[in-house]
Amino acid sequence: MSDSVPNEVSVNINGAEVRAKAGEMLIAAADRAGVHIPRFCYHERMSSVGMCRMCLVDVDTGRGPMLQPSCMVPVAEGMSVDTQSEDTKRAQEGILEFLLVNHPLDCPVCDKGGECPLQDQTMAYGPGESRFVEEKRHYEKPIPISDLVHLDRERCILCDRCTRFADEIAGDPLIHFTERGNSTQVLTFPDEPFSSYFSGNTVQICPVGALTAAPYRFKARPWDLDQVESTCTTCSMGCRTAVQSSRNELVRYLGVDIESVNHGWLCDKGRFNFEATNSEERLTVPLIRDPNDERQLLGSDWGSALANAAEAILDAGSDGIGIIGGSRLTNEDAYAWSKLARSIIRTDNLDAQLGDGLPAELVHSLPPATIADACEADTVLVVGPDLKEELAILHLRLRGAATKGHTKVVEINAAPSGCEPYVERAIRCGSGEAAKYLGEILNSDDDLATRLREGSVVAVVGRSSMAESDHSSIAVAALIRDELPHATFLTALRRGNVRGALDMGLAPGVLPGRTAIDNPSSALDDIWGYTPSMKGLDTTGMLQAAAEGKIRTLVLLGADPLSDFPDRNLAAEAIQRAETVISLDNFLTASSAQADIILPTTAYGEQGGTTTNLEGRISRLTQKITPPGSVRDDWMIATELAWRLGGDLNLTSKEQIWREIEQVAPSHAGVTVERIMSEEAREGILVQESSVEYIFPSVQEPPIADGYGLRLISGRKLWDASTTTSMSPSLRPLAEAPVLKVHPTDLQRLGILSGSDVRVISTRSTENLKAVADESLERGTALLPFNQPGFGANRFIDATAAVNDIRIETL
Amino acid sequence: MSFFSDENTRLAEEIIKRYPKARSAMIPLLHLAQEQEGWVTEAAMAEIAELVGTSSAEVLGTCSFYEMFKREPVGKYLINICTTMSCALMGAADLMQHAEKALGVKSGGTTEDGMFTLEGAECQAACTEAPCLQVNYRHRYRVTADEFDAMLAELSTPDPGVPEHGVLSQIRQHIPEKNTVGALPPEEVNAPPVWLNTEEDQS
Repeated sequence: MSDSVPNEVSVNINGAEVRAKAGEMLIAAADRAGVHIPRFCYHERMSSVGMCRMCLVDVDTGRGPMLQPSCMVPVAEGMSVDTQSEDTKRAQEGILEFLLVNHPLDCPVCDKGGECPLQDQTMAYGPGESRFVEEKRHYEKPIPISDLVHLDRERCILCDRCTRFADEIAGDPLIHFTERGNSTQVLTFPDEPFSSYFSGNTVQICPVGALTAAPYRFKARPWDLDQVESTCTTCSMGCRTAVQSSRNELVRYLGVDIESVNHGWLCDKGRFNFEATNSEERLTVPLIRDPNDERQLLGSDWGSALANAAEAILDAGSDGIGIIGGSRLTNEDAYAWSKLARSIIRTDNLDAQLGDGLPAELVHSLPPATIADACEADTVLVVGPDLKEELAILHLRLRGAATKGHTKVVEINAAPSGCEPYVERAIRCGSGEAAKYLGEILNSDDDLATRLREGSVVAVVGRSSMAESDHSSIAVAALIRDELPHATFLTALRRGNVRGALDMGLAPGVLPGRTAIDNPSSALDDIWGYTPSMKGLDTTGMLQAAAEGKIRTLVLLGADPLSDFPDRNLAAEAIQRAETVISLDNFLTASSAQADIILPTTAYGEQGGTTTNLEGRISRLTQKITPPGSVRDDWMIATELAWRLGGDLNLTSKEQIWREIEQVAPSHAGVTVERIMSEEAREGILVQESSVEYIFPSVQEPPIADGYGLRLISGRKLWDASTTTSMSPSLRPLAEAPVLKVHPTDLQRLGILSGSDVRVISTRSTENLKAVADESLERGTALLPFNQPGFGANRFIDATAAVNDIRIETL
Repeated sequence: MSFFSDENTRLAEEIIKRYPKARSAMIPLLHLAQEQEGWVTEAAMAEIAELVGTSSAEVLGTCSFYEMFKREPVGKYLINICTTMSCALMGAADLMQHAEKALGVKSGGTTEDGMFTLEGAECQAACTEAPCLQVNYRHRYRVTADEFDAMLAELSTPDPGVPEHGVLSQIRQHIPEKNTVGALPPEEVNAPPVWLNTEEDQS
């Protein structure tokens, strides 16, 4: 053929010529050509198995038409396909009649009824009646296969979607077909529940009502649901979601398939934490500390609460104020607070990160990579947190790239991580010594060194452990930048819109649009009128200043330093010593409960705007429900405070705020409201420009641990005591009590039995904890999750130390 | 506590070495587990999963697919009476009824003394010898009621010549080290399999 393109073939589908990629399955080619072939088992993000036979179509490759499953037949040049032939229709009727032999047809009481592919396709392609009169299969229904997912085996049509997902995508093959023939059923191993972090996806892809999610069961009917498309802000991945509500209450999130980020998958935390928005515990009115009784909080009105807040801010003066937090905020809210702080309060003491991230200038100055870059790179170098726990969908994408693609994932970490099953190499380093280990590899004749130097490299860099300072991550970034100049970076910052907050200048020394404080754009100068010239304090600095009495008013923008700042002692001292603590929050957290003025704010699903993910991808948030009580958006509170402080932010709506951002933020120039509202924004608008330079500080190697101490390693778990998890009734029980993991030899040496309580001593605190032996750890280290119910590792950590050591003793 | 006895653990490791991918050893190991206990326990499946590097659910999936892996205790002697066409025509139903009466259990049951389990089975490929049955998968042909009773008496003697349920012979074959495939996955095996190498034999 004259117009043939390499790797492309021409197929005739229902009389129309369709260009298809060589090797792609017929059903995929038909989908792109707008021809729908009914299916149950086929899923575009998983391998084909030809399980359900619903996609049989007439395929003619020159030997006459034959019925073939279109999900198993690769396209071939000259293939002629009829998806509506008489034979196809008869096949479809036959398959549906068979699928319904054992299906209970309990649609009226089934959660899936109304959005069920089996129901819909039976209506569209089914025979209308069945010839089967025999008794159907019976099973106990439903059985919980995990805390979140229920399984009704009677409804199951054995399409292999959930089991394939569990094995192929999630890497947790905890559900499997068991038995054979007529008794085939999906089951878990007895007493080994389907406790995957991604179990909720199986509910979404189940083509019948066999798998239902505990938090959604019997909550609503699909035809009662209202839906908008939005972006998840549980972590900084920015997965695309469909947010569904019924009677002004969030009832379900679904993953939306976008190529650049989540491929349709969500982690269970992001999928089910809508319960927190609906929580009874939400703050609905402003609270003020009772002047007569320090222990009491009194309900108040916005007028007096804001007046008190403004007074405290004025009192403290520019140098006496510190603003901590902001990664819960939308970009617009963050901008409003950045503008309030700098142009009206005239301070640069503001930081969206809680001493658990990386310096904003570093984040802005590293050459950026996208998630897609990482999934196509020759090598992904992970030197950061356990991605499975902290950025679960990034873990899923990297796992996919490593198991299906050519990408090799190499991890350098002080403790074992959830990525180990698919990494090519897991290099165990001492806590805080990742750079040293990486340097040694790069200067050796290791194959890896050659590959890193010659192939494409994406480095995922973040804080490996909360018990070590950010110096170890900075050293790693410096080393990679110097030794591997072609490498690009993904910064593994964890909190929702942390990247957006940094982009909007919620960090000392950086202004909106990724510019340094001494280099404001002329538009920013014009509109803001004033910007501080000196770089302010970061969170650690602010807390230290507050503890010393130098900062008198602390503003917590959705921040809970007592739980999240690595050093609880310092946070507690700061909150205690500060004369006024103003908290903008959804809930009474450990920190906001101690505040003097508490301003309730809108939560996820109650606000529109934009959010930015860890790549710098801006996507839209959509409001779905009206907020409870008199809560307000964070930007509104900023404008109100500005007015009470004698200024005016001139901000009137989220849209208008974005227009101003687009004007003043050089990196965001051209990202207009119109673009954000357009279809293009579904994939997110990638912003990668930055003019910020980072001067790498000289970093010292951490001190060697003494023979008696154990080096503390502490990372976060997906199920922890974070606010949204603990405020979601279905998720709260999933967070386990903390245990200290230690190498068995270290326990033996101290005469401690695995599973017994021990006394843990650090320079900061002495506490009793359960210690368990774990052979996968290095000797001389101790692993403690950062924030589990009832106990946070931050009691032991000194934020100013490079690394933290603990000692353990028998009780 | 590990499930496999020390000797069987050694054997399991040897069996795993016979395959390029450890997971391929799943079925032989299930046989080994069944030999040790007479049936496949949950502890066995969990341990096999660990040995071959997969999840217990996957081992359960494989194990439950095969009728001959028993996931509940069975008697010392498993009696399968064929109930398929030829045998049915030649009196399998009568034989089954007799067997049920003689053993005092229904089809699928195990006698109280743990000696016998009675099962109906599909065709055993001995249609010319109908009705037939198997005792621990060893054929008995043209079985009459009297012969069945005689067989029970014979099986109740101390050494009836039929090994207990689960006993294997194939699994214990010794494969010389040089003939094992080794732990290399197929894509990394460049040399032809040792058993294809005939030169050595000719010399």
